[in-house]
Amino acid sequence: MAGSGKAHLRPEDEVLIRVEDLVVEFPSGRGRTVKAVSGISFDIAKGETLGLVGESGCGKSTTGRALIQLPSPTSGSVRHGLVELTDLSDEAMRRRRTDIQMIFQDPISSLNPRRTVGDIVAEPLRVWGPHDKDEQKVLVDRMLDAVGIDPDVARDKRPHEFSGGQCQRISIARSLVVDPELLICDEPVSALDVSVQAQILNLLEDLKAEYGLTLVFIAHDLAVVKNVSDRVAVMYLGKLCEVAAPDTLYAEAAHPYTALLLGSIPEPDPSAVLDEDLAVAGELPSPIDPPSGCRFRTRCPQASELCASEEPQMREVSAGHYVACHHPLVAVAG
Amino acid sequence: MSDAVETDRRLLTVTDLRTTFSISAGDVQAVRGVSFALDRGRTLGIVGESGCGKTVLARSIMRLNLGSNVTTTGMAEFAGRDLLSLPMADMHEMWGMELAMVFQDPMTSLNPLVRVGRQVTEHLRQHLGVGRAEAARTAVDLLNEVRIPEPEARLKAYPHELSGGMRQRICIAIALACEPSLLFADEPTTALDVTVQHQILNLLGREQRERDMAMVLVTHDLGVVAGRTDDTLVMYAGMVVEQAPTESLFEEMRHPYSEALLRSLPRTSQASHTRLAAITGRPPDLIDPPSGCAFSPRCPYVQPRCREEVPPLSAVDDPDHRFACWTPVGSPEGMDAFARNVAEGLPQAVAVDLAAPSSAGRGGAG
Amino acid sequence: MPLFTRLCLGWLVAIVFGAIFADLIPGLQDPDYQGFLFGTSTTNEPPSLTHLLGTDNNSRDILARIVYGARVSLVVSMTAVVMGTVFGGFLGALTGFVRGKTDAVIMASVDVVLAFPGLVFLLMVVTLLGRRDLLVIAGVVGVLSIPPYTRVARATALAVSRREFVMAARAIGTRKRTILFREILPNCLPTLMAFALVNAAVIILLEGALAFLGLSVQPPTASWGNMVNAARVDLRINVWPVVWPSLALVFTVYSLNVVGDHIRRSKAVRSAAL
Repeated sequence: MAGSGKAHLRPEDEVLIRVEDLVVEFPSGRGRTVKAVSGISFDIAKGETLGLVGESGCGKSTTGRALIQLPSPTSGSVRHGLVELTDLSDEAMRRRRTDIQMIFQDPISSLNPRRTVGDIVAEPLRVWGPHDKDEQKVLVDRMLDAVGIDPDVARDKRPHEFSGGQCQRISIARSLVVDPELLICDEPVSALDVSVQAQILNLLEDLKAEYGLTLVFIAHDLAVVKNVSDRVAVMYLGKLCEVAAPDTLYAEAAHPYTALLLGSIPEPDPSAVLDEDLAVAGELPSPIDPPSGCRFRTRCPQASELCASEEPQMREVSAGHYVACHHPLVAVAG
Repeated sequence: MSDAVETDRRLLTVTDLRTTFSISAGDVQAVRGVSFALDRGRTLGIVGESGCGKTVLARSIMRLNLGSNVTTTGMAEFAGRDLLSLPMADMHEMWGMELAMVFQDPMTSLNPLVRVGRQVTEHLRQHLGVGRAEAARTAVDLLNEVRIPEPEARLKAYPHELSGGMRQRICIAIALACEPSLLFADEPTTALDVTVQHQILNLLGREQRERDMAMVLVTHDLGVVAGRTDDTLVMYAGMVVEQAPTESLFEEMRHPYSEALLRSLPRTSQASHTRLAAITGRPPDLIDPPSGCAFSPRCPYVQPRCREEVPPLSAVDDPDHRFACWTPVGSPEGMDAFARNVAEGLPQAVAVDLAAPSSAGRGGAG
Repeated sequence: MPLFTRLCLGWLVAIVFGAIFADLIPGLQDPDYQGFLFGTSTTNEPPSLTHLLGTDNNSRDILARIVYGARVSLVVSMTAVVMGTVFGGFLGALTGFVRGKTDAVIMASVDVVLAFPGLVFLLMVVTLLGRRDLLVIAGVVGVLSIPPYTRVARATALAVSRREFVMAARAIGTRKRTILFREILPNCLPTLMAFALVNAAVIILLEGALAFLGLSVQPPTASWGNMVNAARVDLRINVWPVVWPSLALVFTVYSLNVVGDHIRRSKAVRSAAL
């Protein structure tokens, strides 16, 4: 399961964002490094929702932040249209921020507790204009309305007076008020109650259609990711395992890790069969010293010697469906 | 929960439990009259969202609600004694020995400054009075039982050196060390990855079967409840809204909230971009709960009576399947109410109708 | 607010008002008026109707001196608090947010100042300038108070910088300096304020101690510390000149702590309600 292999990338002129060989590593004391993302490549077409799914430590959030250069990746390329983002200076990157926005996992902590909601949502306008207060108010009110928050009621209140779901709506309003092209959603519903999750997911779909957004949706919940995505990429320990359209991925998972993930989902259906022995051997290896070759081999029932010596590359299974595995569960095309 | 069960298997009977917190803003009625029974060897799932009172309920039964501003009334009969009126000294004896609890966040349930081994053996020595050497041996056995590889090495580690899944296994090992007859698991896997969650829930299920233990599994995840519980309580705003054997519950949900909850979940069996039938609005304020049914402001089946009178928890056809609703899902009153609401343009009814027109108003796992 | 906290707050308010409007208080005696010299009162008198708290060993009215003496305590402690919060708070928030080389340089300087014995510094300044008046004392104490506030602000800023709304601000494209003033500093204020309250109490006591060493304002200017110091000599004869200023010190410090605790608790409730 390797990050390398770019078989799944589409032609450059068809995509909005193209990431190649992205590497993000953090020092971890005593000369060791955490290899959070180790050379992944993917692209996002305009108007598409890319779902990035994986468990903790897979590097999905780190990837999201590397896309907006907060912080810049250790190496690799992130192209937005024709511009190479990693080459930009801090100031040049700052000026592009109106194009790519981000919403975060913890809705309440994403908002400054000491400022009013009106203030918070107007902040991007204060930075980028229009600077006219009345114009700002109109834009802010319109945005709050679009996310389902009554502007007259909310404008002068502070975040702690709102629920988690409402704070997330306010966060979304703040990100969209500058009319970005791309919105990166880093686990936006993980901290919310189940009934509120559905509201926010519906809202994101509506806003995507209304504002012509491209989305990157990062989450660990497979069902949520399937619901919102046009394309899903599965990550494990800093590498990409599989990329496919959601319906294909869930029906015909080719990578053993994807199968493991799917088999672990607790289905709200008492007649569903529970696999008692699924992944009995199962601890995530350390990202400081990941396994050689395929990083999933320590938990994979199909692992062989080849998996330890050689990193698998992305190969096509069927149209739009790629897997990086030496022994995929679905035969590779050709 | 039917009376046909032999009464000597009955382990816990909770009657009209109410818990209130007094804070400066007022009295928060966190639990408003919950009753249920649990037998040995059975798993009860308590499902609901945050603020429904499920965690407070579990802690009230365990008498873990410390603080002078908490009042709990009602009865919780366990092995012939009312837990709610026991002196704390007696409760201390029961904790760990007869009753045990596993919490949501294993990082905060374990002392970060003490090696894991000592935390396990300390517990053993305190409750079973065994010597150091025997405690150490038992600790290794326990870790083996919860499938922790290389237990001797693990015992010397500090909590932060272990993964979340391992920490939770240690917490389970500690909880099971003295062979309690009742285990509360309060969102034991919410903080864990889905593959680890699967393993931990398997472990809990296995331990429960082998020890013929009763277990209460508190969770917000209907998926977790579906596969692993015998009976389920659905809670909303401090009260039980539906109570049934798990299979019956999913086969035929009668309470609008249970149905709405299930319907709002994205499922891997649905196609991508399926519109979710979200529940509009938010859970009510527990300091000043609304009169009548607490779910009425959000209910697609609401009728005027719902806003005035609190519906009692009662059974209709199946005595084991109880629900608290005037216009239950699938009943003639329910379908009538839904149709009327859609016609009037009531937002929550219209939303459901748009999202799932085929199954709307007719119940079932949509 | 519980009754006891209200009483403490009342004491603090009374002290502050007394200090500011001392000249306007009807019936308050002149704190420098040495009655003995004019035959009207004697030294070390116990409390009486003319002198409600008695007189000190220079036949000055103790009550008046306590009211005027509050000025010294307040000025010194307020200077420390203001200089600490403004300079120390800003420096600390800056280093906590920016990190890197700025952090290293500023914190090294802070460590140097902290390591240097404050008393020696005060002596140096007093000797060099030849003055021991309120301005000099307050100034030196103020400067020496900056490092602790820097530390507190830095620790808070480090934590605040990690909160998601700071990353959100960067993602919007807000300039770093705007983030510092709009997002970081306001969120450091509550902790700084809590620290300032405790610090104020400590500084008031510190002034008392300095007076004891002869390093505070000199008589005839009244300060609670120098009142105790001056009265030490005759402690065996008359205990009142020591007791009253000491009680004033104790009540003020205690009230600051009680009110501070109350504020901390009510603020904590609000953030817990999140």
